[in-house]
Amino acid sequence: MASTWAKIALAGVFAVVAGGAAAYALTRPAPHPADYWAGLGAPDVANGEHLFWAGGCVSCHAPKDAKGEDQKVLSGGRALPTAFGTFHVPNISPDPEAGIGRWTLAQFGDAMTRGVGPQGEHLYPSFPYSSYARMTRADVNDLFGYLKTLPASQNVAPPHELGFPFNLRVTLGGWKLLFFSADPRVALDNPSDAVKRGQYLVEGPGHCGECHTPRNALGGFESGQWLAGGPNPEGEGRIPNITPGGKAIGSWSEGDIANYLETGFTPEFDSAGGSMVEVQQNLSHLPKSDLAAIAAYLKAVPSR
Amino acid sequence: MKFKIMTAGLLALCLGAGVVFAAGEPQAERQALMKKIGGSMGELGAIAKGQKPYDAATVKTALTTISASAKDFPNHFPAGSETGMETAASPAIWQNMDDFKAKSMKLSSDADTVLASMPADQAAVGQAMQTLGADCGTCHQAYRLKR
Repeated sequence: MASTWAKIALAGVFAVVAGGAAAYALTRPAPHPADYWAGLGAPDVANGEHLFWAGGCVSCHAPKDAKGEDQKVLSGGRALPTAFGTFHVPNISPDPEAGIGRWTLAQFGDAMTRGVGPQGEHLYPSFPYSSYARMTRADVNDLFGYLKTLPASQNVAPPHELGFPFNLRVTLGGWKLLFFSADPRVALDNPSDAVKRGQYLVEGPGHCGECHTPRNALGGFESGQWLAGGPNPEGEGRIPNITPGGKAIGSWSEGDIANYLETGFTPEFDSAGGSMVEVQQNLSHLPKSDLAAIAAYLKAVPSR
Repeated sequence: MKFKIMTAGLLALCLGAGVVFAAGEPQAERQALMKKIGGSMGELGAIAKGQKPYDAATVKTALTTISASAKDFPNHFPAGSETGMETAASPAIWQNMDDFKAKSMKLSSDADTVLASMPADQAAVGQAMQTLGADCGTCHQAYRLKR
Protein backbone atom coordinates (compact mmCIF):
# COMPACT_ATOMS: atom_id res chain seq x y z
CA MET A 1 0.00 0.00 0.00
CA ALA A 2 2.74 2.37 0.99
CA SER A 3 4.47 1.59 -2.24
CA THR A 4 1.35 2.58 -4.18
CA TRP A 5 1.29 5.95 -2.41
CA ALA A 6 4.99 6.31 -3.05
CA LYS A 7 4.39 5.61 -6.72
CA ILE A 8 1.62 8.17 -6.89
CA ALA A 9 3.77 10.74 -5.13
CA LEU A 10 6.66 9.98 -7.43
CA ALA A 11 4.39 10.30 -10.47
CA GLY A 12 3.15 13.61 -9.07
CA VAL A 13 6.66 14.92 -8.59
CA PHE A 14 7.57 13.74 -12.06
CA ALA A 15 4.55 15.48 -13.60
CA VAL A 16 5.41 18.74 -11.86
CA VAL A 17 9.05 18.55 -12.92
CA ALA A 18 8.16 17.60 -16.48
CA GLY A 19 5.51 20.32 -16.64
CA GLY A 20 7.94 22.84 -15.25
CA ALA A 21 10.62 21.77 -17.70
CA ALA A 22 8.19 21.97 -20.61
CA ALA A 23 6.98 25.39 -19.46
CA TYR A 24 10.58 26.55 -19.12
CA ALA A 25 11.47 25.23 -22.56
CA LEU A 26 8.48 27.01 -24.08
CA THR A 27 8.92 30.30 -22.26
CA ARG A 28 12.66 30.82 -21.75
CA PRO A 29 14.32 33.80 -23.44
CA ALA A 30 15.10 32.88 -27.05
CA PRO A 31 17.75 35.05 -28.69
CA HIS A 32 18.72 34.50 -32.31
CA PRO A 33 21.67 32.12 -32.90
CA ALA A 34 24.91 34.13 -32.62
CA ASP A 35 25.73 33.90 -36.35
CA TYR A 36 22.41 35.60 -37.20
CA TRP A 37 24.04 38.95 -36.41
CA ALA A 38 27.43 38.16 -37.99
CA GLY A 39 28.85 39.55 -41.21
CA LEU A 40 26.57 42.56 -41.60
CA GLY A 41 29.49 44.91 -42.24
CA ALA A 42 29.70 48.64 -41.65
CA PRO A 43 26.33 50.25 -40.88
CA ASP A 44 24.66 52.76 -43.21
CA VAL A 45 24.35 55.53 -40.63
CA ALA A 46 22.08 57.70 -42.82
CA ASN A 47 19.60 54.83 -43.10
CA GLY A 48 20.03 54.33 -39.36
CA GLU A 49 18.86 57.89 -38.78
CA HIS A 50 15.75 57.30 -40.92
CA LEU A 51 14.93 54.27 -38.78
CA PHE A 52 15.59 56.32 -35.64
CA TRP A 53 12.86 58.79 -36.71
CA ALA A 54 10.55 56.08 -38.04
CA GLY A 55 10.78 54.31 -34.68
CA GLY A 56 10.42 57.53 -32.70
CA CYS A 57 13.06 56.43 -30.16
CA VAL A 58 13.11 59.99 -28.79
CA SER A 59 9.45 59.92 -27.76
CA CYS A 60 10.29 57.55 -24.90
CA HIS A 61 14.08 57.60 -24.49
CA ALA A 62 14.80 61.36 -24.66
CA PRO A 63 13.99 63.66 -21.71
CA LYS A 64 10.41 64.95 -21.74
CA ASP A 65 9.94 68.15 -23.75
CA ALA A 66 13.46 67.91 -25.24
CA LYS A 67 13.70 69.92 -28.45
CA GLY A 68 16.17 70.04 -31.32
CA GLU A 69 19.56 68.48 -30.68
CA ASP A 70 18.64 67.70 -27.04
CA GLN A 71 16.29 65.06 -28.43
CA LYS A 72 19.32 63.06 -29.46
CA VAL A 73 20.50 62.52 -25.88
CA LEU A 74 18.71 59.23 -25.21
CA SER A 75 19.20 59.40 -21.44
CA GLY A 76 15.94 57.64 -20.57
CA GLY A 77 14.17 58.35 -17.30
CA ARG A 78 10.69 59.06 -18.57
CA ALA A 79 7.93 57.33 -16.60
CA LEU A 80 5.41 55.29 -18.56
CA PRO A 81 2.25 54.67 -16.51
CA THR A 82 0.31 51.55 -17.54
CA ALA A 83 -2.33 49.19 -16.16
CA PHE A 84 0.48 46.90 -14.96
CA GLY A 85 2.52 49.54 -13.10
CA THR A 86 4.97 52.30 -13.96
CA PHE A 87 7.84 51.61 -16.32
CA HIS A 88 10.94 53.83 -16.22
CA VAL A 89 12.48 54.10 -19.65
CA PRO A 90 16.18 53.11 -19.72
CA ASN A 91 19.18 55.07 -20.95
CA ILE A 92 20.12 53.89 -24.47
CA SER A 93 22.81 56.52 -25.09
CA PRO A 94 26.32 55.24 -25.93
CA ASP A 95 27.57 55.70 -22.34
CA PRO A 96 29.53 52.51 -21.46
CA GLU A 97 28.20 52.36 -17.88
CA ALA A 98 24.72 53.92 -17.89
CA GLY A 99 23.82 53.31 -21.52
CA ILE A 100 24.40 50.70 -24.21
CA GLY A 101 27.99 51.67 -25.09
CA ARG A 102 29.35 48.21 -24.31
CA TRP A 103 26.60 46.25 -26.03
CA THR A 104 27.41 44.06 -29.02
CA LEU A 105 25.27 44.14 -32.16
CA ALA A 106 23.91 40.72 -31.15
CA GLN A 107 22.83 42.07 -27.74
CA PHE A 108 21.20 45.11 -29.33
CA GLY A 109 19.61 43.04 -32.08
CA ASP A 110 18.19 40.45 -29.70
CA ALA A 111 16.75 43.21 -27.51
CA MET A 112 15.14 44.81 -30.57
CA THR A 113 13.80 41.72 -32.30
CA ARG A 114 13.51 39.02 -29.60
CA GLY A 115 12.85 41.03 -26.44
CA VAL A 116 15.93 39.56 -24.77
CA GLY A 117 18.16 41.81 -22.65
CA PRO A 118 21.99 41.79 -22.47
CA GLN A 119 21.98 39.32 -19.54
CA GLY A 120 19.71 36.98 -21.45
CA GLU A 121 16.61 38.16 -19.54
CA HIS A 122 13.13 38.79 -20.91
CA LEU A 123 12.36 42.46 -21.61
CA TYR A 124 8.97 44.01 -20.90
CA PRO A 125 6.85 44.58 -24.01
CA SER A 126 6.41 48.23 -23.03
CA PHE A 127 9.53 48.30 -25.20
CA PRO A 128 7.80 47.43 -28.49
CA TYR A 129 10.04 44.56 -29.61
CA SER A 130 6.97 42.67 -30.77
CA SER A 131 6.85 45.26 -33.58
CA TYR A 132 10.62 45.66 -34.07
CA ALA A 133 10.79 41.85 -34.50
CA ARG A 134 9.85 42.53 -38.15
CA MET A 135 12.93 44.67 -38.80
CA THR A 136 15.61 43.34 -41.14
CA ARG A 137 19.05 42.52 -39.79
CA ALA A 138 20.58 45.21 -41.98
CA ASP A 139 18.22 47.87 -40.60
CA VAL A 140 18.96 46.83 -37.00
CA ASN A 141 22.69 47.09 -37.77
CA ASP A 142 22.21 50.55 -39.32
CA LEU A 143 20.13 51.82 -36.39
CA PHE A 144 22.71 50.51 -33.89
CA GLY A 145 25.42 52.28 -35.88
CA TYR A 146 23.47 55.55 -35.79
CA LEU A 147 22.71 55.35 -32.05
CA LYS A 148 26.46 55.05 -31.39
CA THR A 149 26.99 58.47 -33.01
CA LEU A 150 24.68 60.21 -30.48
CA PRO A 151 25.84 61.98 -27.28
CA ALA A 152 26.39 59.86 -24.15
CA SER A 153 24.51 60.45 -20.89
CA GLN A 154 25.27 59.11 -17.43
CA ASN A 155 21.67 59.24 -16.27
CA VAL A 156 20.42 56.05 -14.58
CA ALA A 157 16.66 55.48 -14.63
CA PRO A 158 14.94 54.13 -11.50
CA PRO A 159 13.78 50.49 -11.58
CA HIS A 160 10.27 49.70 -12.87
CA GLU A 161 7.50 49.83 -10.27
CA LEU A 162 5.30 46.86 -11.05
CA GLY A 163 2.88 44.84 -8.94
CA PHE A 164 2.97 41.06 -8.49
CA PRO A 165 3.12 39.00 -10.69
CA PHE A 166 4.16 41.47 -13.38
CA ASN A 167 7.39 42.22 -11.49
CA LEU A 168 8.60 38.68 -12.28
CA ARG A 169 10.33 38.67 -15.64
CA VAL A 170 9.82 34.91 -15.93
CA THR A 171 6.10 35.58 -16.51
CA LEU A 172 7.03 37.43 -19.70
CA GLY A 173 7.89 34.10 -21.28
CA GLY A 174 4.21 33.22 -21.03
CA TRP A 175 3.25 36.58 -22.52
CA LYS A 176 5.59 36.01 -25.43
CA LEU A 177 4.23 32.49 -25.93
CA LEU A 178 0.73 33.94 -26.21
CA PHE A 179 1.38 37.15 -28.12
CA PHE A 180 4.87 37.46 -29.57
CA SER A 181 5.16 36.92 -33.31
CA ALA A 182 7.23 38.29 -36.15
CA ASP A 183 4.59 37.37 -38.74
CA PRO A 184 2.75 40.02 -40.79
CA ARG A 185 -0.16 41.53 -38.84
CA VAL A 186 -2.49 41.39 -41.81
CA ALA A 187 -2.52 39.46 -45.09
CA LEU A 188 -2.65 41.80 -48.08
CA ASP A 189 -3.83 40.86 -51.56
CA ASN A 190 -1.16 41.44 -54.16
CA PRO A 191 0.42 44.48 -52.46
CA SER A 192 2.34 47.07 -54.49
CA ASP A 193 5.94 47.87 -53.57
CA ALA A 194 4.72 51.03 -51.81
CA VAL A 195 2.18 49.06 -49.76
CA LYS A 196 4.88 46.53 -48.83
CA ARG A 197 7.21 49.32 -47.74
CA GLY A 198 4.36 50.86 -45.76
CA GLN A 199 3.61 47.52 -44.14
CA TYR A 200 7.25 47.22 -43.09
CA LEU A 201 7.31 50.74 -41.62
CA VAL A 202 3.93 50.55 -39.85
CA GLU A 203 4.14 46.98 -38.53
CA GLY A 204 7.89 47.08 -37.82
CA PRO A 205 9.96 50.13 -36.84
CA GLY A 206 7.02 52.57 -36.73
CA HIS A 207 5.14 50.30 -34.26
CA CYS A 208 1.89 52.19 -34.97
CA GLY A 209 -0.23 49.24 -33.85
CA GLU A 210 1.17 49.38 -30.31
CA CYS A 211 -1.19 52.29 -29.61
CA HIS A 212 -3.71 52.05 -32.45
CA THR A 213 -4.71 48.41 -31.85
CA PRO A 214 -6.93 47.57 -28.85
CA ARG A 215 -5.53 45.17 -26.24
CA ASN A 216 -7.04 42.44 -24.06
CA ALA A 217 -6.67 42.16 -20.26
CA LEU A 218 -3.28 40.47 -20.60
CA GLY A 219 -1.88 43.20 -22.80
CA GLY A 220 -2.03 41.28 -26.08
CA PHE A 221 -3.64 42.62 -29.24
CA GLU A 222 -7.31 41.74 -29.74
CA SER A 223 -7.44 39.54 -32.79
CA GLY A 224 -8.97 40.92 -35.97
CA GLN A 225 -8.80 44.49 -34.66
CA TRP A 226 -5.50 45.62 -36.22
CA LEU A 227 -5.30 49.46 -36.11
CA ALA A 228 -8.97 49.66 -35.05
CA GLY A 229 -8.24 52.06 -32.16
CA GLY A 230 -9.57 51.90 -28.63
CA PRO A 231 -9.33 53.47 -25.18
CA ASN A 232 -6.12 55.40 -24.53
CA PRO A 233 -3.95 53.16 -22.30
CA GLU A 234 -2.11 56.23 -20.95
CA GLY A 235 -5.21 58.00 -19.66
CA GLU A 236 -8.23 59.88 -20.93
CA GLY A 237 -9.53 59.90 -24.46
CA ARG A 238 -9.49 57.36 -27.24
CA ILE A 239 -6.90 56.30 -29.80
CA PRO A 240 -8.45 56.66 -33.25
CA ASN A 241 -9.27 53.83 -35.61
CA ILE A 242 -6.91 54.38 -38.57
CA THR A 243 -8.25 51.65 -40.86
CA PRO A 244 -10.16 52.71 -43.99
CA GLY A 245 -13.41 52.03 -42.07
CA GLY A 246 -12.65 54.43 -39.20
CA LYS A 247 -14.20 57.89 -38.99
CA ALA A 248 -10.82 59.45 -38.14
CA ILE A 249 -9.12 59.12 -41.51
CA GLY A 250 -11.45 56.84 -43.48
CA SER A 251 -12.44 59.69 -45.79
CA TRP A 252 -8.87 60.97 -46.29
CA SER A 253 -6.97 60.35 -49.52
CA GLU A 254 -3.49 58.84 -49.48
CA GLY A 255 -2.17 62.35 -50.16
CA ASP A 256 -4.09 63.69 -47.15
CA ILE A 257 -2.54 61.03 -44.88
CA ALA A 258 0.99 61.66 -46.14
CA ASN A 259 0.51 65.42 -45.79
CA TYR A 260 -0.78 65.01 -42.24
CA LEU A 261 2.28 62.94 -41.29
CA GLU A 262 4.55 65.56 -42.84
CA THR A 263 2.90 68.77 -41.57
CA GLY A 264 0.62 67.75 -38.68
CA PHE A 265 -2.42 69.27 -40.38
CA THR A 266 -5.57 67.31 -41.24
CA PRO A 267 -7.34 68.08 -44.55
CA GLU A 268 -9.58 70.47 -42.55
CA PHE A 269 -6.46 72.14 -41.09
CA ASP A 270 -7.19 70.75 -37.70
CA SER A 271 -3.95 69.63 -36.07
CA ALA A 272 -2.58 66.55 -34.33
CA GLY A 273 -3.18 66.23 -30.58
CA GLY A 274 -1.80 64.32 -27.58
CA SER A 275 1.12 61.97 -28.08
CA MET A 276 0.48 61.96 -31.86
CA VAL A 277 2.10 65.42 -31.94
CA GLU A 278 5.50 63.89 -31.14
CA VAL A 279 4.91 60.92 -33.43
CA GLN A 280 4.09 63.26 -36.30
CA GLN A 281 7.15 65.42 -35.59
CA ASN A 282 9.33 62.30 -35.68
CA LEU A 283 7.76 61.03 -38.90
CA SER A 284 8.21 64.42 -40.58
CA HIS A 285 11.94 63.56 -40.78
CA LEU A 286 11.22 60.65 -43.16
CA PRO A 287 11.53 60.89 -46.94
CA LYS A 288 8.21 61.74 -48.64
CA SER A 289 8.26 58.37 -50.39
CA ASP A 290 8.11 56.63 -47.01
CA LEU A 291 5.20 58.79 -45.83
CA ALA A 292 3.39 57.98 -49.10
CA ALA A 293 4.11 54.28 -48.48
CA ILE A 294 2.60 54.46 -44.98
CA ALA A 295 -0.47 56.12 -46.48
CA ALA A 296 -0.78 53.46 -49.18
CA TYR A 297 -0.59 50.70 -46.56
CA LEU A 298 -3.19 52.36 -44.31
CA LYS A 299 -5.56 52.39 -47.29
CA ALA A 300 -4.85 48.68 -47.93
CA VAL A 301 -5.49 47.23 -44.45
CA PRO A 302 -8.86 45.60 -43.64
CA SER A 303 -11.63 48.04 -42.71
CA ARG A 304 -12.76 47.99 -39.08
CA MET B 1 -55.79 70.37 -36.02
CA LYS B 2 -55.25 73.40 -33.86
CA PHE B 3 -53.68 71.14 -31.28
CA LYS B 4 -51.27 69.73 -33.88
CA ILE B 5 -50.18 73.18 -34.97
CA MET B 6 -49.68 74.22 -31.38
CA THR B 7 -47.64 71.10 -30.68
CA ALA B 8 -45.53 71.70 -33.74
CA GLY B 9 -45.05 75.32 -32.74
CA LEU B 10 -44.05 74.38 -29.23
CA LEU B 11 -41.70 71.76 -30.55
CA ALA B 12 -40.09 74.25 -32.92
CA LEU B 13 -39.75 76.74 -30.08
CA CYS B 14 -38.10 74.12 -27.87
CA LEU B 15 -35.73 73.06 -30.62
CA GLY B 16 -34.86 76.68 -31.37
CA ALA B 17 -34.26 77.37 -27.69
CA GLY B 18 -32.15 74.24 -27.55
CA VAL B 19 -29.89 75.50 -30.32
CA VAL B 20 -29.54 78.94 -28.73
CA PHE B 21 -28.83 77.28 -25.39
CA ALA B 22 -26.16 75.03 -26.92
CA ALA B 23 -24.53 77.92 -28.79
CA GLY B 24 -24.13 79.82 -25.50
CA GLU B 25 -22.34 76.98 -23.77
CA PRO B 26 -18.59 77.53 -23.30
CA GLN B 27 -17.87 74.19 -24.96
CA ALA B 28 -19.67 75.36 -28.11
CA GLU B 29 -18.08 78.82 -27.99
CA ARG B 30 -14.55 77.47 -27.81
CA GLN B 31 -15.23 74.83 -30.44
CA ALA B 32 -16.46 77.58 -32.75
CA LEU B 33 -13.30 79.62 -32.11
CA MET B 34 -11.11 76.60 -32.92
CA LYS B 35 -13.09 76.09 -36.13
CA LYS B 36 -12.40 79.72 -37.04
CA ILE B 37 -8.67 79.23 -36.44
CA GLY B 38 -8.73 75.98 -38.43
CA GLY B 39 -10.59 77.66 -41.28
CA SER B 40 -8.04 80.48 -41.39
CA MET B 41 -5.17 78.00 -41.31
CA GLY B 42 -6.90 76.31 -44.25
CA GLU B 43 -6.93 79.60 -46.19
CA LEU B 44 -3.20 80.01 -45.55
CA GLY B 45 -2.54 76.34 -46.28
CA ALA B 46 -4.24 76.52 -49.68
CA ILE B 47 -1.91 79.38 -50.62
CA ALA B 48 1.17 77.69 -49.13
CA LYS B 49 0.45 74.53 -51.13
CA GLY B 50 -0.21 76.50 -54.32
CA GLN B 51 -3.85 75.40 -54.56
CA LYS B 52 -4.90 79.06 -54.52
CA PRO B 53 -2.97 82.09 -55.80
CA TYR B 54 -1.35 84.41 -53.25
CA ASP B 55 -3.77 87.08 -52.14
CA ALA B 56 -2.70 89.70 -49.57
CA ALA B 57 -6.24 90.43 -48.36
CA THR B 58 -6.92 86.73 -47.67
CA VAL B 59 -3.65 86.37 -45.75
CA LYS B 60 -4.37 89.48 -43.70
CA THR B 61 -7.90 88.38 -42.81
CA ALA B 62 -6.72 84.89 -41.89
CA LEU B 63 -3.93 86.13 -39.60
CA THR B 64 -6.22 88.69 -37.95
CA THR B 65 -8.86 86.02 -37.31
CA ILE B 66 -6.27 83.64 -35.83
CA SER B 67 -4.89 86.34 -33.55
CA ALA B 68 -8.29 87.47 -32.27
CA SER B 69 -9.67 83.94 -31.85
CA ALA B 70 -6.60 82.65 -29.99
CA LYS B 71 -6.75 85.68 -27.68
CA ASP B 72 -10.39 85.02 -26.81
CA PHE B 73 -10.09 81.22 -26.72
CA PRO B 74 -8.91 80.66 -23.11
CA ASN B 75 -11.81 82.79 -21.79
CA HIS B 76 -14.20 79.94 -22.50
CA PHE B 77 -13.00 77.35 -19.99
CA PRO B 78 -14.97 78.20 -16.81
CA ALA B 79 -15.31 75.66 -14.00
CA GLY B 80 -18.14 73.28 -14.87
CA SER B 81 -17.28 73.09 -18.57
CA GLU B 82 -14.74 70.27 -18.11
CA THR B 83 -16.95 67.70 -19.80
CA GLY B 84 -19.90 67.48 -22.14
CA MET B 85 -20.72 68.34 -25.74
CA GLU B 86 -17.95 66.03 -26.99
CA THR B 87 -15.31 68.35 -25.60
CA ALA B 88 -11.76 67.27 -26.37
CA ALA B 89 -10.41 69.56 -23.63
CA SER B 90 -7.99 67.80 -21.29
CA PRO B 91 -8.48 68.06 -17.50
CA ALA B 92 -4.87 69.31 -17.50
CA ILE B 93 -6.20 72.70 -18.70
CA TRP B 94 -7.83 73.37 -15.35
CA GLN B 95 -4.74 72.20 -13.45
CA ASN B 96 -2.41 74.47 -15.46
CA MET B 97 -4.68 77.34 -16.47
CA ASP B 98 -1.86 79.90 -16.56
CA ASP B 99 0.28 77.80 -18.87
CA PHE B 100 -2.74 76.99 -21.01
CA LYS B 101 -3.53 80.70 -21.37
CA ALA B 102 0.12 81.48 -22.16
CA LYS B 103 0.16 78.88 -24.94
CA SER B 104 -3.00 80.27 -26.52
CA MET B 105 -1.67 83.82 -26.22
CA LYS B 106 1.56 82.71 -27.92
CA LEU B 107 -0.42 81.71 -31.00
CA SER B 108 -2.15 85.08 -30.91
CA SER B 109 1.09 87.07 -30.59
CA ASP B 110 2.89 84.93 -33.18
CA ALA B 111 0.05 85.66 -35.60
CA ASP B 112 0.45 89.38 -34.80
CA THR B 113 4.21 89.18 -35.45
CA VAL B 114 3.67 87.45 -38.79
CA LEU B 115 1.04 90.04 -39.68
CA ALA B 116 3.41 92.90 -38.83
CA SER B 117 5.94 91.67 -41.39
CA MET B 118 3.14 90.55 -43.77
CA PRO B 119 4.14 87.43 -45.78
CA ALA B 120 4.52 88.63 -49.35
CA ASP B 121 4.46 85.41 -51.37
CA GLN B 122 3.63 81.72 -51.33
CA ALA B 123 6.92 80.70 -49.68
CA ALA B 124 6.53 83.27 -46.88
CA VAL B 125 3.00 82.01 -46.19
CA GLY B 126 4.44 78.49 -45.96
CA GLN B 127 6.96 79.70 -43.37
CA ALA B 128 4.21 81.42 -41.39
CA MET B 129 2.26 78.13 -41.43
CA GLN B 130 5.22 76.39 -39.84
CA THR B 131 5.51 78.94 -37.04
CA LEU B 132 1.80 78.91 -36.27
CA GLY B 133 1.51 75.14 -36.78
CA ALA B 134 4.15 74.56 -34.11
CA ASP B 135 1.98 76.55 -31.68
CA CYS B 136 -1.02 74.35 -32.54
CA GLY B 137 1.03 71.21 -31.89
CA THR B 138 2.60 72.38 -28.62
CA CYS B 139 -0.73 73.26 -27.07
CA HIS B 140 -2.67 70.28 -28.44
CA GLN B 141 0.00 67.91 -27.16
CA ALA B 142 -0.55 69.04 -23.59
CA TYR B 143 -4.18 70.09 -23.48
CA ARG B 144 -6.21 68.28 -26.06
CA LEU B 145 -7.51 64.76 -25.56
CA LYS B 146 -7.16 62.08 -28.17
CA ARG B 147 -10.47 61.42 -29.81
